[in-house]
Amino acid sequence: MNQAGFPLLSLLTFLPLVGCLVILTVRGDEATVASNARWAALWTSLIVFVLSLVLWFEFDRGQAGFQFTERLSWLPTYGIDYRMGIDGISVLFVLITTALTPIAILSSWTAKVRVREYMLAFLFMETTMIGLFCSLDFVMFFIFFEAVLIPMFLIIGVWGGEKRLYAAIKFFLYMFTGSMVMLLGILALWFHAGTTSIPVLLQTPLSRDMQFWLFLAFLAAFAVKIPIWPVHTWLIDAHREAPIAGSVLLAGVLANMGGYGFLRFSVPMLPNAAEYFAPLMFALGVIAIIYTSVVALVQRDMLKLVAYSSVGHMAIAVVGIFTFTVQGIEGSLFRMLSHGFITAALFLCVGVLMDRTRSQSMDGFGGVVHRMPFFALLFMIFAMGTVGLPGTAGFIGEILVIVGALKVNFWVAFLTAITLIISAVYTLVWYRRIIFGALVRPDLKALVDLNGREMAMLIPLVALTLWMGLYPSSFSVFFDATVGAMAQQHVAAIAGTTHLAAALPMAGVIR
Amino acid sequence: MNWLVALPEIALAILAMAILLVGAFAPKPGAFRLASMLSLGALLITTGLVAVAPQGIGYGGLFVADAFSRFVKVVILASAALAIILSLDFNEREDEMARFEFPVLILFASAGMLIMVSANNLMTLYLGLELQSLALYVIAAFARDTLRSAEAGLKYFVLGSLASGLLLYGISLVYGFSGSMDFSRIATALLAPKPSAGLIVGMIFVLTGLSFKIAAVPFHMWSPDVYEGSPTSVTALLGSAPKVAGIALLLRVMLVPFGHLLPQWQLLIEIVSIASMVLGSLAPIMQTNVKRLLAYSAIGHVGYALMGLAAGNANGVTDTLVYLATYAFMALGSFAVIIAMRRQGRPVETIADLSGLGRNDGALALVLAVFLLSMAGLPPFSGFFAKLYVFLAAVHSGLWTLAAFGIITSIFGLYYYLRIVKVMYFDAPAGVFDHRAPSLSFVIAATGIVTTFFIVVLGPVTAAAQAAAQALLG
Repeated sequence: MNQAGFPLLSLLTFLPLVGCLVILTVRGDEATVASNARWAALWTSLIVFVLSLVLWFEFDRGQAGFQFTERLSWLPTYGIDYRMGIDGISVLFVLITTALTPIAILSSWTAKVRVREYMLAFLFMETTMIGLFCSLDFVMFFIFFEAVLIPMFLIIGVWGGEKRLYAAIKFFLYMFTGSMVMLLGILALWFHAGTTSIPVLLQTPLSRDMQFWLFLAFLAAFAVKIPIWPVHTWLIDAHREAPIAGSVLLAGVLANMGGYGFLRFSVPMLPNAAEYFAPLMFALGVIAIIYTSVVALVQRDMLKLVAYSSVGHMAIAVVGIFTFTVQGIEGSLFRMLSHGFITAALFLCVGVLMDRTRSQSMDGFGGVVHRMPFFALLFMIFAMGTVGLPGTAGFIGEILVIVGALKVNFWVAFLTAITLIISAVYTLVWYRRIIFGALVRPDLKALVDLNGREMAMLIPLVALTLWMGLYPSSFSVFFDATVGAMAQQHVAAIAGTTHLAAALPMAGVIR
Repeated sequence: MNWLVALPEIALAILAMAILLVGAFAPKPGAFRLASMLSLGALLITTGLVAVAPQGIGYGGLFVADAFSRFVKVVILASAALAIILSLDFNEREDEMARFEFPVLILFASAGMLIMVSANNLMTLYLGLELQSLALYVIAAFARDTLRSAEAGLKYFVLGSLASGLLLYGISLVYGFSGSMDFSRIATALLAPKPSAGLIVGMIFVLTGLSFKIAAVPFHMWSPDVYEGSPTSVTALLGSAPKVAGIALLLRVMLVPFGHLLPQWQLLIEIVSIASMVLGSLAPIMQTNVKRLLAYSAIGHVGYALMGLAAGNANGVTDTLVYLATYAFMALGSFAVIIAMRRQGRPVETIADLSGLGRNDGALALVLAVFLLSMAGLPPFSGFFAKLYVFLAAVHSGLWTLAAFGIITSIFGLYYYLRIVKVMYFDAPAGVFDHRAPSLSFVIAATGIVTTFFIVVLGPVTAAAQAAAQALLG
């Protein structure tokens, strides 16, 4: 049994489904159903969040291994068990998921059509997201990885914008293609090791050739999820068309799934292949950073601007992961977490403006500060966060990744650092256009400042942004031990194989 | 002599004939419903007998009852029962369909299928197959006054007879070169270091004949026409139980008598499997008729199921059995939804008719979406585990090409399944369907529950399939 004394992770994972059942039983006319569904979803997600705080307090920060583990026999002859557990890498992803879900539900409070189904989709999605980060079995991981597509597909497709259909189907096909390729890799690994238990697989040595192919197979799935240039195009359409709540979860959690996949599988299981492919990943990452920043400069559509900046930020995380240094990996974890809530918050801010003006284009905007001073303040903190101003969460991740990259290659570090400048340019230009200047458009004159619900969404995120920026070690203690062990293991694995290669006179031929 | 091993088949045949008599003497208007209810009872009794009947080889080696046949028989009987329930309402609403012969013919077909999966001799195999086929030819043409149904029945009959001819020719060659029709004796004859070419040619003819029956590419041409033309309640049956029986029969024939020829036929099965998957994933993209689309998708699913056979070992058999069990329910469920597609008393069956179903009838759209996504292989539905298993079987046997094709075709497959989901949820509503009969709702709900919550019973079903595979391969 684990620290909590009961299967906490399973409870966290499946509690939202109980909420689904409650919502399904609601009867009455449409308004009653909608209101009850909203409240039931909100309460469920809040209860899940409060329960997940147990992880924050009870997680043993000094330990590198898996904690809160659970295990049930499921398909013994196939080597699949029901296994749950978290370590320093996954615990914060679980927490950010449980924290962002109530915010996403709050942000969709004003949805009018088919509210019951909308709330069901969010709760089902919470189950799959938490389950994914808690799974300690590769097949279970895959099941959650795939199942998350269904609610997201519906969220984009049913409640999205004008071209929602195109975006939803594109999203689904990209994701499904990537994960089917990964499935082939999982099958190979499963066949090789006879089990799909992640802790066992982490200890299973794999030949170089096998690592090479497995890396490519996993890359197909995780690269699409993160997403890495050039397979990022689905994300732009998805963000443009998805409802704001969908964008919040897409940026806050789904993107992190890809990064989590790299950290959980690609790097520790396939050290040699990861080392071999690192230059490719750096190249893709740097291209993405520069390309998306430049594209963001010319965007007139606010949703697309945030979407491009999101791709750029996740590319920084990818660069960090493949430095294999403690700083780089910790930096990318910070980057992913802070991207999770800062980008989510930016989408919420755009949503606040869209709710009031029904437009997502920046044309004609200006002078919002005169009508919405408090909104302008909060928006500024998030803008500074995304730029990476010291004192905000965004800074910690970027600086650590750059330090990690410096240890590997100066030019990678240099090109990554460029993002600090370009992203500052497009973010500040955007901010100035909208917030400052004169109130030109007549409809903007009637703007009202944030209401209570919007404050409830944004203030926790502001607090997080500043907390992580000013006192990052309250987060990094969670993953210090795990990342340290991971970096050490990577060095040992590489050294082990080179040593072996040096010891064998025929090594060159064998390789 | 242990005649009890065939107790379920004997009972089913006798009950079917009794119900035929009852139907003939019952007053006309209620005869169909009465015969259907009695037939359901007969299937229930037979299922019970399958569970309790002794296992072993009987009738001088002609007939075998083992864990394998038991597993498959339960699936077949369940599918046949669901098909009868589906026909209850459908046949009454159609002209001239509500005749008591309908359920009785399904019973005869089921008896044939049971004999097929228990065949331990090429002659038993042929008898079972023909009993099944003859009954199915008749019900495919059951709406005899409609042109499409008559055409479907005739096409099915002509091509089915061709397949039977090929099969018989193969059987005669095998008999000529091995000196026996008994499965175990054929296997012994094949132990010789160099099996004669005649035997191999015979085996290929047998394989071809059976591939016709399960509509695997390149012997699939009849199936889209027959699926589309037959009354939908017949299509639901054709798409489930006979496929299960045919593939199970193929498993036994290829692995028991011809097991030693694995290196010779493995490549053939691989090619058939790949061709079926490719056709099953590309051809449906152009279809506008839902029944035709599902016919093509069924061809693809046969391809996936054959992956397990291509693996050629106990793991593969297990995985194919799980595939068949899950597929039978998905197919029945999706055809049940098509039966529910009816406006102003007339059945409609194009994809466009599903427009906006999500808004008009949320529950029906949800269940159909579950079936389609499950067929595409999306977790957590049953189809995902079935696909996962057969892919694993292929990888285990080193058949990487096969597994890779499986993956690629799954991606293409997703596209057309998703297209239907899109039409249901995002297109403008095309009008409300007529009220559904409770019997139909029952089948839709039952198959939907099986498909959605299969994950819960995955362990026990897998264990049963493993026991079945062990029984087959010893």
